[in-house]
Amino acid sequence: MTGYVLRRLGGALIVLFLLSALVYLLFYVAPGDPAKLACGPRCNAEQIRQVREQLHLGEPLLQQYLHFLQGLVAGRDYSTGTGVLHCHAPCLGLSYQNDQPVTTLLASRLPVTASLALGAMVLWLLLGVGTGLLSALRRGGTTERVLTVLTLAGTATPVFITGLLLLMLFCAGLQWLPFPTYVPLTEDPEQWAWNLLLPWTALALLESAKYARLTRSATLETLADDHIRTFRAYGLRERAVIGRHALRGALPPVIALNAIDLGTMFGGAMLTETLFGLPGIGRLTVQSVRTVDLPVVVGAVLGIGAAVVLAGAIADVLYALADRRVTLT
Amino acid sequence: MSDPQESGAWRRLRARPSAVAAAAVLAVLALLALGAPLLSALEGQDPTTYHDQLIDSARGGVPTGSLGGISADHWLGVEPGTGRDLFSRLLYGAQVSLLVALGATVVQVLIGVAVGLAAGFGNRLLDGVLSRFTDVLVALPMLVFAVALTAVVPEEFPRPLLLIVVIGLLNWGGVSRIVRAQTLSLKKLDHVAAARLGGSGPWRVARRELLPALAAPVITYAAILVPSNIVVEASLSFLGIGVKPPTSSWGQMLSTATTWFRADPAYVLLPAACLFVTVLAFTVLGDAVRGALDPRERSRLRVGTRTAGPRPARKQAAAAAPDTTKGAAR
Repeated sequence: MTGYVLRRLGGALIVLFLLSALVYLLFYVAPGDPAKLACGPRCNAEQIRQVREQLHLGEPLLQQYLHFLQGLVAGRDYSTGTGVLHCHAPCLGLSYQNDQPVTTLLASRLPVTASLALGAMVLWLLLGVGTGLLSALRRGGTTERVLTVLTLAGTATPVFITGLLLLMLFCAGLQWLPFPTYVPLTEDPEQWAWNLLLPWTALALLESAKYARLTRSATLETLADDHIRTFRAYGLRERAVIGRHALRGALPPVIALNAIDLGTMFGGAMLTETLFGLPGIGRLTVQSVRTVDLPVVVGAVLGIGAAVVLAGAIADVLYALADRRVTLT
Repeated sequence: MSDPQESGAWRRLRARPSAVAAAAVLAVLALLALGAPLLSALEGQDPTTYHDQLIDSARGGVPTGSLGGISADHWLGVEPGTGRDLFSRLLYGAQVSLLVALGATVVQVLIGVAVGLAAGFGNRLLDGVLSRFTDVLVALPMLVFAVALTAVVPEEFPRPLLLIVVIGLLNWGGVSRIVRAQTLSLKKLDHVAAARLGGSGPWRVARRELLPALAAPVITYAAILVPSNIVVEASLSFLGIGVKPPTSSWGQMLSTATTWFRADPAYVLLPAACLFVTVLAFTVLGDAVRGALDPRERSRLRVGTRTAGPRPARKQAAAAAPDTTKGAAR
C-alpha cells in the first residue's frame, strides 16, 4: 500500500515538473516582450533595458527556466530600482502590476476560493447523491423520469445562467438575499454563509447533475451484483440491503470523482467568482489575463495544475481504499 | 451509402422522437444563423447601430416600452444602455456560437484521431509518451488554460479563429484515447493483420482498414464534444475574452446582463434561453447518436447499468470518472 502511494505521488511529481516546463515555455516564448509588459506602458527604452536585466531576460531560455525553478525551490532575490526584494520559496515571480510575489497574491485569494469550494461541495454531494439514489430506487417510475429531465437540464445549463437566474429570483425579485459580497468566515460566520449561499447553490446545481448520474449507475450496478441477491435471498430487510450494502458499493466512484472536483475547485471557479464578484483565485486569473500580468497567469495555471494532479493521485488512493476489490499495482 | 450497418443506424436514429425533435431545433437554429444578414434586413435593423432614442437615460439606460422595448421595429426589443437591436444581435451570436463550436470539434477530431492512431500503431516508447501527454491534458481544467492562452496571443489575431484553435487544441484527449484503444484491438483482427503481412504500410492500413471501423466511435464522441464546446465559447465570451466587440455573442450578452438583471430581466432571459436550448438540443442529439451507432450501449443520460456480463475491471479512479463526466466549466 505504502509503495503504491509513493509511486503514485512520484508519478504526480514528474507530471508536475513536465507541466512547469511546458507552461513556462509557452508563456515566456509567446509573442510580446515580457520586459515591456513588466515595465508598463509609460516606460522609455532605458527603463525597459533595466527591467530586462533585472529579470534576466537576456540570458538563454534554459538559464531563465533554471532561475525560475530555483525560485520555486529556494526562493530568489529581485533587485528593484532602490533595493533588493526577496521572494520566499515557493517563488513564482513578482506581479507586473504591483511587484507583489505571486505566491502572496494567490494565498490572499485562497480563503475565498476555499470557502466557495467546500460549501458548494457539501451541497452538491447532498443533492447529487440523494437524487442519484432516489432515481435508482424508483427505477421506471414518474419520479425517475422527472429526475432524468432535471439532471439533463442541469448538465445543459452553464453556471452563469443558473447564477443569473438565481440572482434575478432571490436578489432582485423576492429580495431574500443580498447581492453576494465576500465576508470572511472569521469576521462574521453568519454573513459569510448568507452571502455565499447563492454562489454555492449555482455551483451545486451544475455539479450535482454529474454526481446524480454517477451515483445512479453505480447503485444500479451494485444492486445487480450477486452478493446483493444473496443478502435478499437470506431475507435481509430491503432498507438494510440498500443502506448498508448497495450504498457502500456506490460510494467509491463518488468519492474518487469528488476528490478530483475539489482539487479543480481549488484552482478557483472563474465563471462563478466573476459573476458574483467574489475575489477568489479564479477572478484573479481572469483579471491577470486582461492586464497581461504573465507571472500571475503562469503562477495560477501551475498552482491549478498542481492541485489537479495531486487530487488525481489522492482520488486513486481513496478509490483503492474504499473499494477493496481493487488491486494495487 | 450501402453499408447495412450505416442505414441501420439512421433508422434507429430516426425512430427516436427526442432525436428528431433535437435535430429539428438545430436545423432551425442553423438556418437562423446562416440567414442572419437576410433576417436582419427583413426586420430593417442591424446588430451594431445605437438607438439612443429607444433607451430611457433618466432610468439609467433601460429600454423604453414594455418587455425590453419590443416593438414592430425591434422584434425582440433592444439592448439596455446602447439600444442595439436584440433580434439581430442574437442571430449573429448564433453564428459565432455554431462556427466556433463546430470548428473546434473538427480540430479536436483531427488531432485526436492522428494522436490516437500514432499511439496505437507506434512502438512502446511513442505510445507511452503520447498516452502520458493525453492523461495530463485530460486532467487539466480546460477553461483555465484557454483563458491563459488567450493572454499570450497578439490582439490582431482573428478572434473566432483563435477560439477554434484554443478550444480545439485543449480538448482532444478523449478522442485520442478512444482511437488508441480501438486501434489496439483492431490491430489484432485478421483483415488488418492480413493487410499488414501483405506489405501495406501503416498509412495505408490506417486509411483502408482502420478508419472505417473508427468512424462510429469517433462520430459518437464528436457529438458529445459539440455542446461542451458551445459552453466553453460562451464561457470565454462571458469572461470578456471571446470575440471582440462590436461582434455579438451569447456569452458576451450574458456578461453585460449581469449589470442589468434588476432593471431589464428580458435582456437576461433571451440569450440564456438561446444558449440553453442549443446546448440541450446538441446534448440530446449526441446521446441519440451514441445509442443509434452502438445499440448495445444504453442511453448515457439515463442508464449506466451493465446488468449482463461480468463486472468490468476497474483499477483506477480514471475508470470511475470517464470523460463524459469530465469537469464542466464553472
